[in-house]
Parts: sequence; C-alpha cells; structure tokens
Amino acid sequence: MSANTAMAEKYRNNFLKEIEDQVEMGDWVKMCMQCGVCSGSCPTNFQSAWEHPPQELFMMIRAGKREEVLTTSSMWNCTSCYNCIVRCPRKLPITHIMHGIAEYAHRLGMAPKMQPTRFFSGLFWKNCTHTGRVNELKLSLGLYFKDGFAQGVKNGMAMQTVALGLLKAKRLNPFELFGGHKCKDQKGIQAMLKKAYEIERSRKTAKMAG
Amino acid sequence: MTEHVATNETILVVGGGISGMTAALEAAETGKNVVLVEKNPALGGRTSQLYRYFPKLCHPTCGLEINLRRLKGNPRVRVLTLAEVTGIEGSTGNYTASIKIKPRYVNENCTACGDCERAVETMVDDPFNYNLGQHKAAFLPNAMAYPQRYVLDPVIIGTPDAEKAKAACKYGAVDLDMQEETIQVKAGAVVWATGWQPYDAAKIQPYGYGRFKNVITSVEFERLADIHGPTGGKILRPSDGKEAKNIAFIQCAGSRDENHLRHCSRICCMASLKQTHYVREKFPEDGKSTIYYIDIRAIDRFEDFYQKVQADPSVSFIKSKVAKITEDAQGNPVCHGVDTEGYKRYMTPHDLVVLAVGMEPSVKGINIPGHIVADSSGFIEADPANGAVFGAGCASNALDVNRAVQSATAAALRAIQVVNKVAKAEA
Repeated sequence: MSANTAMAEKYRNNFLKEIEDQVEMGDWVKMCMQCGVCSGSCPTNFQSAWEHPPQELFMMIRAGKREEVLTTSSMWNCTSCYNCIVRCPRKLPITHIMHGIAEYAHRLGMAPKMQPTRFFSGLFWKNCTHTGRVNELKLSLGLYFKDGFAQGVKNGMAMQTVALGLLKAKRLNPFELFGGHKCKDQKGIQAMLKKAYEIERSRKTAKMAG
Repeated sequence: MTEHVATNETILVVGGGISGMTAALEAAETGKNVVLVEKNPALGGRTSQLYRYFPKLCHPTCGLEINLRRLKGNPRVRVLTLAEVTGIEGSTGNYTASIKIKPRYVNENCTACGDCERAVETMVDDPFNYNLGQHKAAFLPNAMAYPQRYVLDPVIIGTPDAEKAKAACKYGAVDLDMQEETIQVKAGAVVWATGWQPYDAAKIQPYGYGRFKNVITSVEFERLADIHGPTGGKILRPSDGKEAKNIAFIQCAGSRDENHLRHCSRICCMASLKQTHYVREKFPEDGKSTIYYIDIRAIDRFEDFYQKVQADPSVSFIKSKVAKITEDAQGNPVCHGVDTEGYKRYMTPHDLVVLAVGMEPSVKGINIPGHIVADSSGFIEADPANGAVFGAGCASNALDVNRAVQSATAAALRAIQVVNKVAKAEA
C-alpha cells in the first residue's frame, strides 16, 4: 500500500467502507466527482419524491450520513432508464448502485415500509414465486389495496374502463382470482428457490459478519 | 524551395504552429539546418486563430510577428507549406521523410496585391474561421499569413474562374500547371509538433451541437470575437444574427470524460475565463456570462486571473456540469442540470452556449516509424523507444501557448543533441 492509499484509507469514514463492502457496486461511490450530470439527466428528477439526487447520495455516503441515506426513499424512485450510466463521465454504474443501496436498506429493515416500489417489488416476488407464474389480476389488486380498502375501491373504479377493455380483448381472466394458472413443476421451482435463498443468505451473512 | 538539400544533420520539424515555429527557430538559431513542414498554406496554426490569449489578453498577432521576424531573418529554416509528412523511415540520426506537397497554383512572384481575389467569383468555406464564413477561391489564408502569398482553391482549377485569376495577375504569379509532388527529405532528428484539434462537439449528443445553431464551440467563439472573423468582431449568434449578450460557457465539453477524452485539456477553464472578458468588452452595459463548471482549474499561476473574473458582477459561476441542452421557441439554447451547491434543478435559457471543447492530439493516421509511445489519450510520450522523434507542444500534451513554447524549446534541445552526435561534435 502506497503512502497515499494508506492516508486515503485512514480518512475513509466507516459508512463509506460499509457501503463499499455491503452494497453491490458500492466500491464505485468514491469515484464520483460531483459533476451533477446524473442528477440532471434523471427523468424522475422533476418529481418531488427525489429528495436526494444520486450525486447527493454519494456525497452523503462520503459524509457518513448513514441514517439519512438508508431511510430515504430517493433511490427507490430509480426507473432504471440508464441515462446516468450512459452519461457519467467517470463511468459509475449509477443505476446499479441505486438498486444496491435500496436493497441494502431493505435488508437492514430501514427502507420506508410503504414506499410503492419497495411494496410492489415484495408483492411481485411473492406473487410469481408462489405458483411459478405471474398472476396479473392478484398483483394489480394487491397494489390497488396497498393503502387500505376505501382507497383500493377508488383505484379500482378509476381503472374500470381499462379492466373492461382487457376483459373484452380476453387479456384478463376473472377466474384467475381463485388460484390461477401454475407452472408444470411447481415443487421444482420452490426447491430451486429455496436453495438459492440459502446460498444468498449464507453469502450475505458472511459479508455482514465482515 | 524543394531543391533544398537536407542531410542527416538536418532537423525536421513537422507542424508550423507556435510550437513548430519555436522549435525550428530555436534549433536554427544555434546553427542547425531545419526543414519546417506545415500542411496549411500559412504558418501560425491555431494560435493565429485566437482573438486574444491569456493571461495578458494581448493579441496573438504580436507573439507570432516576433517569430515571423526571426524566421524571415534566418536562412537556415526552409519552410514548406501545403506539405504533409506521409511517412518516415530510418532511425536515430538517419531518417528519411516522405513529404507530399500540394499545389498552391501561385508562385513566388505573388505580391499579395489581391487582384486575383477580386477577379474570382467562386466562394468556398473558410477553414481559418472554422467554416463559419466563406471566402473567395483565390485567397490569402489570413491577414498576417506567412508566406504572404495567395492560394487558389483546387475546386476552381479547370474552370473559367482559374483563367480569370491568371488573367488578373500582373506579375505572372498564377501557375495553373502546378502539380502535386512527393519529395524525400533526410533528417537526423524529428520534432513532431502537429498540435491539436478541437474535440468533435457533435459527439457530445446531449449538448445538441450541430442540431442547435446557437450552440457553438470555444474555438468558433474566438473567431466571432475577432475583427478578422466572419462577423467583423461582433458577437452575433448564428441562428438569427442577434447580438448574443447572455452567454453560457460549458466547461469540460468532452474533457475529463471516459466517454470522450479522458484527460483534462487544461486550457479550457482559462479560455472561458478569458472569453468572459470578450463579452464584457463588446457589451459593457448588459453583457452577461455564466460559467457552468465541475471545478475551475486555472492552471499554472493563474488563480489571480480567476479571482478577478469571480469579482466581476457580470459573470456568474454555477458548479454543475450541464446534463443536456434543449432549444426554446425563440431559438434560445436552454441548459438543464442540477446545481451541486444546494442540489437545485435549473432550466436556464441563454442567447448563446459556448462549449469549452477539449484538446485532442492531431497525431493520428500518420506513419511515424517504429512504435511511437503515446499515452492513453494519444499524446506523444517522452520515451527512449521513440528514438529521435520528439513530441513538442500539443502533440505531446494539452498545453497553453506559454507551455507549448517551453515544450518546443525542450524538444529542439533534444533534437540538437542528436544532430550534434551525428556531426561528431558531441561525445
């Protein structure tokens, strides 16, 4: 280790080290030069939900603002458009880092519970791993009723014409509500996923343990 | 000129810009014979295309004139214009270069009276003004061109326009039978001073150069400010000829970017700071400059220059690399981005956007012998493996005029040492 690297290591704060170790592609965070092209290129940036644009998140990580970074909903708003990756002058895989930080916050249980992207991701995963097939009816209904029964009915009414159109075009089968279609080898899928969970869990536990 | 006999004690200097002229003169003034090869019809290179240079904001014509006086008084430098080195063979102390010389169609009798220019009607793009304007097909490359001799553009050869030029010349200087020729020149050492080219701004897609007329490059802005430029020194925007008073400068347009040029081009910050002076000079009442930057790198000892510009109320600084440019209904370019100081979004219209484009070395597609060692950006490195081919000026690094001259002097010294060895004058 050169004197320079040693010195840089000394001043690298714990949270940056934590992100580098735990977050997928997290070791890129230190490469950001704060030019702001990612934030300026982000299509979601004109929505109020983007509390902290990517360059700010990177700066917050380097400033050791652990609580603020892990509990914000900002990185959950990433739509994976890849504009930032394409334009980043330092070639940071920003989209992947956003997903990485979100996943880490989720793993720690610090991510905002009812953030729609996080809620939908959970719902989608449960839905498709249950039978090995995506049940679109159950998935959309689950999302409609996310914020309670009354809001769910309201959402349903708002989407009525779309639903009727889908019915007419035979793109929506109301009987899917009862069980729904499955893949051929449901047990095989379950076993495969169980093994995958096991491998991932042991890998992440090892990482968390340092 | 072409019958000049070169030996392996001759120094070949490729490129007649400020670096090449300097290297040639420094070597010639120590008594060495020099062949200076320039591909354009006149010497001076990109320095001659500047309106002013920093830090003293004097006109480049001044510095170039000093060099031209030295050159005119020195019989040891042979200047070949419209000439390009197409290949070099051999090794240290014994090189042979092939040089292709394009016909000028005007011989030494020319007095630069301009009668041929008045006679000719065809107009062609003017590369001296980065094609922002046009000139006659019989032209003097620029006001202080050396050699001070006219050129006929090859497009009129074989047309009645060429005959008109010939008929108009009182001195028999127009020679329509000139042919392209390739000559061989021997040399003991080579100074490679081919300079730089502005990075192709059209490749920076989100900035819309080429799509939006009012997005121009920094080198084009120099020509707009220059009295010899296409607008006679008025800063008029290309779309509608309106005076551009609210001007944005975008730093690192192509530089410090892994997708474009990975190096810092060094001069662009100082160039934009300098160009804010043009805006104030032309519009002292209501000129307004905005510099969008990642960080200002006022190279060398120019921090005071930066501080003076910072103190100027007509100049504002926004710490942000612009993410994209759009155009509004009035043809104004609109800069979009997020300000790093406070992370606020902006969408700001300007009259004109100037992209501070990066420097790309022009050392491309030329058959230099052996393995010329270049860095990851293509600049020639000082490496023993290069033999007696020495990079100078912007062929070796992104440099301003001052440093390019220093680099050229250093290269001349290295070349002198080689030919001295050849002459057994040095152990």
